[in-house]
Amino acid sequence: MTEATHLDGNAAAGALSELFAVDVTAAIARCAGCGQTGVFADTRLYVNAPGLVARCVGCDGVLLRVVTTPTDTYLDLRGLTYLKLPNE
Amino acid sequence: MERTAIRRRLSWQVATVTDVRRETATARTLVLDVPEWPGHLAGQHLDVRLTAPDGYRASRSYSIASAWADGTIELTVEQVPDGEVSTYLVDVVKVGDQFEVRGPVGGWFVWKPEQEEPVQLIGGGSGVAPLMSMLRTHAAAASMVPVRLLYSVRRPASVIYVGDLKELAAADHVDVRLVYTREAPAGEPRIGRIDADVIERFAFTPAESPTTYVCGPTPFVETVADLLVAAGHDPARVRTERFG
Repeated sequence: MTEATHLDGNAAAGALSELFAVDVTAAIARCAGCGQTGVFADTRLYVNAPGLVARCVGCDGVLLRVVTTPTDTYLDLRGLTYLKLPNE
Repeated sequence: MERTAIRRRLSWQVATVTDVRRETATARTLVLDVPEWPGHLAGQHLDVRLTAPDGYRASRSYSIASAWADGTIELTVEQVPDGEVSTYLVDVVKVGDQFEVRGPVGGWFVWKPEQEEPVQLIGGGSGVAPLMSMLRTHAAAASMVPVRLLYSVRRPASVIYVGDLKELAAADHVDVRLVYTREAPAGEPRIGRIDADVIERFAFTPAESPTTYVCGPTPFVETVADLLVAAGHDPARVRTERFG
């Protein structure tokens, strides 16, 4: 009961806003592992790891990681085939 | 190549607490002043970062409960058992105190007054906060779009925004319905979680093509989203936000 459950991709908006010029949480994301596509806001977000980890709701594969050190930020996107953003 | 403008990266800035309101035994609303606030959309959130004297930092994301049309930035924080940030915000912080915030952020779980379809809001516990921003924005814009709130609470004393909800519900096109899971007030016979029957009786039907916003603890959101889809709602029109 006290075990923290996951959040969702909405909660990554702040960290991602430091890295991207547009809001990524409303983008459509495709999982490189199972091919599932869906809005990034619906991904499972874990914040109790060092940094942020977003996982696919279909296969639980890691889609994205953001790790911030005192001097740099690491952005690992290898679990995503693409992010689809509207041209607004 | 000359760069005529350098885009400033959204980052942390200092917020000052200008007012504090006790909502329930475990929740408080903090009114913030943020000098360079660009305004926010209903449903957006901000991140709060606390730094201890030894340099240890913790940050959490909180929904904004106020409407920017009213010119205010308000967070409603529910105390989480052993929560290192929520305990400070609910029990310790006082008017005049400062902490860092980053925002507004989030472009998915938002409602804009130009949306024309009916709006179904479903909140569990303090998940009502971003839905309150939507209701307040709806009222400030004098929107005629029909909106319904289904708000799941444990008991009458757990209801956040009691007075404001009564005022908002007085409008013809706004419907507020409370669902009590542990203890109900006199005259309310039903005690229990939101289920298929509640959805069928009180929510807009799939034929009315609402956009539905569901916010609450993760298990609540998963359950309600499944009930909506089982009732025939288009999953693409159900927007969810989970807070763990």
